[in-house]
Amino acid sequence: MIRVENLVKKFGDFTAVDNISFEVQRGEIFAFLGPNGAGKTTTIKMLTTLLHPTSGALELDGLDPTVKRDEVRQRFGVVFQDPSLDQDLTAWENMEIHGVLYGVPRKQRHERATILLKLFELWDRRDALVKTFSGGMRRRLEIARGLLHTPKVLFLDEPTQGLDPQSRNQMWTHVKSLNESDNVTVFLTTHYMDEADRVAHRIAIIDHGRVVAIGSSRELKERTGTESLEDAFLALTGTTIRDESATAADSMRQIARMWRR
Amino acid sequence: MSVIFILWLREVKKYLRSRTQIIASLGSPIMYLGVLGFGLGPIFQKAGQGSYLQFMAPGVVGMTVLFTSMFSGIALLFDRQFGFLKETLVAPVPRLWIMMGLTLGGATVATLQGLLIFVVCFIAGFRPNSLVSIPLAIAFMVLIAIVFAALGTVIGSSLKDMQGFQLVMNFLVMPIFFLSGALYPLSNLPKVLAMLTRLDPLTYGVDGVRTILIGVTHFGATRDATVLISVAVILMCAGAWRFSKIEI
Repeated sequence: MIRVENLVKKFGDFTAVDNISFEVQRGEIFAFLGPNGAGKTTTIKMLTTLLHPTSGALELDGLDPTVKRDEVRQRFGVVFQDPSLDQDLTAWENMEIHGVLYGVPRKQRHERATILLKLFELWDRRDALVKTFSGGMRRRLEIARGLLHTPKVLFLDEPTQGLDPQSRNQMWTHVKSLNESDNVTVFLTTHYMDEADRVAHRIAIIDHGRVVAIGSSRELKERTGTESLEDAFLALTGTTIRDESATAADSMRQIARMWRR
Repeated sequence: MSVIFILWLREVKKYLRSRTQIIASLGSPIMYLGVLGFGLGPIFQKAGQGSYLQFMAPGVVGMTVLFTSMFSGIALLFDRQFGFLKETLVAPVPRLWIMMGLTLGGATVATLQGLLIFVVCFIAGFRPNSLVSIPLAIAFMVLIAIVFAALGTVIGSSLKDMQGFQLVMNFLVMPIFFLSGALYPLSNLPKVLAMLTRLDPLTYGVDGVRTILIGVTHFGATRDATVLISVAVILMCAGAWRFSKIEI
């Protein structure tokens, strides 16, 4: 479903993604793990047509995202690391705008939105403004919205960041069941090893822009001779803390948080 | 079309829902009207120019439209990284439509806000020459709104961070306002100032509204409209181009 070959992305002198290759099968749940600044989000941005790769080949459902932009966009849903809901609109209105943007006919749009909001347990709050929602509800709404146009691939970039264990658990249960019932391919990144261990069929560990290991959780543990995925992860990426220097986006993120509350 | 419409509708809905914001935004125009309008009134009268309130009300309306429309455009800066805009950037629709929806929505909101201030001016004692002229004055407000919503889009798509935002406020928005002749007559100005005022699109907007409402003119309504429409077209194209280049 997704094929990445010798992908490189450079920002000036800095190489964010350094010659990575991997494949994701149809219906697979694929996790991308890596320390901060490893290149996870950059890879997702390239796959979701937001960034142009410096070199290398990309394919999503047999189409090149750099060429067949709109066709590719129609085929994936995405939940970004930073929230992208309109907080001054209701849950239903957010769904509605998404449906119009993706050209889903009205009748189908309303049917899908109803099913998804019920599935993600947001139906009772459909006419409430998003700013009154908890963090977990917002994330669920974003996922429901991302699925409205029945995409083949769902990208989730650190979707559980800042959620309590109950919300995390519930969210992954939903994602897993959707993956099984609708055969949606899921491409996720997370910092929580237990989540990857639980939901992902295969895991790629990425560090300094390179894929250092790829395989099922069991394979990774066997390969490193460790008991848990977390230990395997540390064995592969080392224990040094990555001090990223703050970028413009980071300082803006801080201001954005201040503004919200 | 439906994409442009729903994005436009979103802006208008959000405006109508934000009651506190609407009330808060009335603050500074009322200050200008109340304090400057009545404070400088006697001097203006002595200088033989008639009622200052009559003169400056169109300027205050223009100011409101300027600030509201510029802000809605610059809000892109936030919206594209931490808000809803990101969602639209991965949607399978041309960026041009998205930009049109956002810009026209911002322009509509700015016009509504301008109308509100117009009503406030009316309550404060401003009287247009005739009520028939009001629709034409609104048309000028729409033009001002489109020009600056588009300029806001250009800036909001180009800026990288919040520091740039401050720069734009201090070195662009404020000068646009103060150079526009919203607060003083354009005749007999020092040469440099006269030249600068002529480079400011808002000058033509304020002059247009003033011409229509109280019959005091500097350039004439036709010239005002021509300049505004040309600038609007140029800035819309620039906005579309900058917007299509957004990468996050």
